[in-house]
Amino acid sequence: MNAVRIEASQIENPKIAIRKLDFYYGKFHALHGIDLAIPEKQVTAFIGPSGCGKSTLLRTMNRIYELYPEQRASGEVILDGGNILAPTQDLNLLRAKVGMVFQKPTPFPMSVYENIAFGVRLYERVPRTEMDERVEWALRKAALWDEVKDKQHQGGTRLSGGQQQRLCIARAIAVKPEVLLLDEPASALDPISTLKVEELIAELKKDYTIVIVTHNMQQAARVSDFTAFMYLGDLIEFADTSTLFTNPAKKQTEDYITGRYG
Amino acid sequence: MIKHDGGRYLFRRALNVFNLTMSMAATVFGLFWLGWLLWTLVSHGISSINIELFTADTPPPGAQGGMANAMIGSLMLTAVGVLIGTPVGLMAGTWLAEYGRENRLASVIRFVNDILLSAPSIVIGVFVYGIAVAPFGHFSGWSGGLSLAIIMLPVVLRTTEDMMRLVPDQMREAAAALGAPRWKVTVHIVYRASLAGMLTGVILGIARISGETAPLLFTALNNQFHSTDMSQPMANLPVMIFQFAMSPYEGWQHLAWAAALMITAAILVLSILARLLLRTNSFGK
Amino acid sequence: MGGFLKRRGASGSKRTTGDQVLSDELAETGTQSTVSGSTHNTRWRDSAADLVFKSLTQLAALTVLALILAIIGLLIYKAWPAFHAFGFKFFTDTTWDPVGGQFSALTSIYGTLVTSLIALVIAVPVSFGIALFITELAPPWLRRPVSTAVELLAAIPSIIYGMWGLFVFAPLFADKAQPWITAHLGNWPLIGGLFQGPPIGIGVFTAGLILAIMVIPFITSVMRDVFDVVPIVLKESAYGIGCTTWEVMWRVVLPYTRVGVVGGIMLGLGRALGETMAVTFVIGNSHDISKALFMPGNTISSTLANEFSEAVGDTYTSSLIALGLILFLVTFVVLAIAKVLLLRVAAREGAKT
Repeated sequence: MNAVRIEASQIENPKIAIRKLDFYYGKFHALHGIDLAIPEKQVTAFIGPSGCGKSTLLRTMNRIYELYPEQRASGEVILDGGNILAPTQDLNLLRAKVGMVFQKPTPFPMSVYENIAFGVRLYERVPRTEMDERVEWALRKAALWDEVKDKQHQGGTRLSGGQQQRLCIARAIAVKPEVLLLDEPASALDPISTLKVEELIAELKKDYTIVIVTHNMQQAARVSDFTAFMYLGDLIEFADTSTLFTNPAKKQTEDYITGRYG
Repeated sequence: MIKHDGGRYLFRRALNVFNLTMSMAATVFGLFWLGWLLWTLVSHGISSINIELFTADTPPPGAQGGMANAMIGSLMLTAVGVLIGTPVGLMAGTWLAEYGRENRLASVIRFVNDILLSAPSIVIGVFVYGIAVAPFGHFSGWSGGLSLAIIMLPVVLRTTEDMMRLVPDQMREAAAALGAPRWKVTVHIVYRASLAGMLTGVILGIARISGETAPLLFTALNNQFHSTDMSQPMANLPVMIFQFAMSPYEGWQHLAWAAALMITAAILVLSILARLLLRTNSFGK
Repeated sequence: MGGFLKRRGASGSKRTTGDQVLSDELAETGTQSTVSGSTHNTRWRDSAADLVFKSLTQLAALTVLALILAIIGLLIYKAWPAFHAFGFKFFTDTTWDPVGGQFSALTSIYGTLVTSLIALVIAVPVSFGIALFITELAPPWLRRPVSTAVELLAAIPSIIYGMWGLFVFAPLFADKAQPWITAHLGNWPLIGGLFQGPPIGIGVFTAGLILAIMVIPFITSVMRDVFDVVPIVLKESAYGIGCTTWEVMWRVVLPYTRVGVVGGIMLGLGRALGETMAVTFVIGNSHDISKALFMPGNTISSTLANEFSEAVGDTYTSSLIALGLILFLVTFVVLAIAKVLLLRVAAREGAKT
């Protein structure tokens, strides 16, 4: 195993470059001057104890926090050369490019087919046959096609938890994003479904840049190429996964990884 | 161990049994009146139920007849009330649920709405009289419908807001994360998720306004004849019941009981329907 | 820098418009799908749609406020002539003379207050008993049916109560109960005077009783809700030291839910004050004040129901509307108090979770 450390600054042409990012919940300063680079078409994991800000950081990348007036960010998050925190940034188009899957599977109250078609219809006028193909494509990509191909027009909520989450992934993929943000996507799932989702992630990174937040270190180790360790709003260390887990540079990282604190 | 005062303990137990018995008695008391009321309705009204009720109009005193015009009138007035009150209540409830979470103005509106919900309906009638009857010089179906709408509005608003609030924010975020604009998130996703609940609100509102008499007394009044002209006094079941019941004519009184039975049956069916519908709601209670 | 749409960024090259970027990106990911060119335009339409949606819904919400202000405003405007003509005596006098043009509110106000008071005196303990039954005593399978049945009491229209009261209850009451009560309680010192009156079955007491029945479901429902959210630990600790069920309810649950219970009672009061049709049928319609509860009387709402359509003359109408204004304001205050109390209960529950 090569112990070659790859640092943030060494990443050329990052898909997303985060510079001096601060985040506030009202008066609470949740993220302190984060500098980070997200490599393209790789899986980057954010790990750290509860409250460290990993989900907060993830949610700046599609500006979903804008739904809540008391949350705000300052600094730069540069996606493909443009700062998405700029006020001129069109939020809906940002979210077409940066998709998100949440911790709890939330299928919309409609059929499996409609769940996926909903997102597509936001951006395109697609005739029926093409939509059928698109839905099939998304479901195949999410490794769900075989299980639901006869049930496409049944309610999304009738699937099992693991299937629902893969539906949410299919839904996010269907709008052809470039980046996928996964916020603890398997934490509400049983081990078998978790495994399926992790296999899916390994497949998806061929086409998408993936950022995953997880509180499960072993999952981060299994699934990601790069890992960022955060603690109480600071980015403590960022490196390629194997190095971070076998040869961390900071004692804090080592303590967390070896379980000295949770 | 503490030395027991046997007497005191006995007293406590006796008191307990007494009060628990009283509580059961209270329940029986409450249900007793319900039973008596329903029994009265059925026994007094059922004998007057016949097909003529639906085919003939309200008769002059002493003659035979039905209540077709009153039924049609009630349907029309209720329809107007629903058509005006529901959209306004729905939209207002939407604003409160989606945009009025931490808002001062929203709190005030919510507060006022709840007061309006329980406000005396006769005063609503007087108000509508003042704005829609007096200036025009005559009673009308439109004013009756308007007063019913004012009574319906708070019911729909309240249920809409409550049901929409039950939809988890995660679902809204999921839709927003796909890039859906705010209004689409609300209309395509939140409405869809809370549809059963909102429908319940409408049904409950209909049940409520179907039985209201007071607001119609000074607005739609009543009409002895068949008329679908909303700009004139409109026949309706509640006011008809009021007039016929208070009259000395036996034929009229029979009609009043029949109408009372039918209205109550319809309202109870609607109420139970609403309750069942609420149970199918996927979120919350 | 500008929005990311303007530049293709690190791995790319061209400066393109939003549409081009989207279709390029879609082509890149390798599926054959056509994009209608209007994607960029839909963004602007959506922002406008968002604005329209928000404004429309906000307008609807403001309608509620406008409505209540309009009601109060109109009532004050139309009642003013009466206040102007009669001054403060309007509240203290008992004359009600349509022919002579002299009106005053005291009899109606008195009737409204007395009937509501009777209603509460009867309804509050009964509601408490029912709420106790539903939350503590009833087996689980009985809870829902009983709750539903009690709530159905609220669904029955007021006019039905009135008819039943006048044609069924009153004669029975007059025949069987009233003579007995008058004979046995009518001679008691102090309160004996309350139980006097002709045995015709209608009057202030009957109206109060029927109001009680109508108001029970509202008070019960609130009580049941607040009893249900009492923390289990509290009840278990009381049972744990040997309290009987009654003692748990009376000494622990009731004090804990005090605020909500009072809120529920106020809600019931608010409803009772405004009830019209049921009262109109059975109160007897007499502009008199009498200590005796079996005497006929009047409430503001029954006066309005009986006399408004036939009122001629501005003073008459204005006096009636003045009555309506008084009723509306009193109900408003009572319901507002109820709401404030119930909000406090909700806040406490919310703060705990």
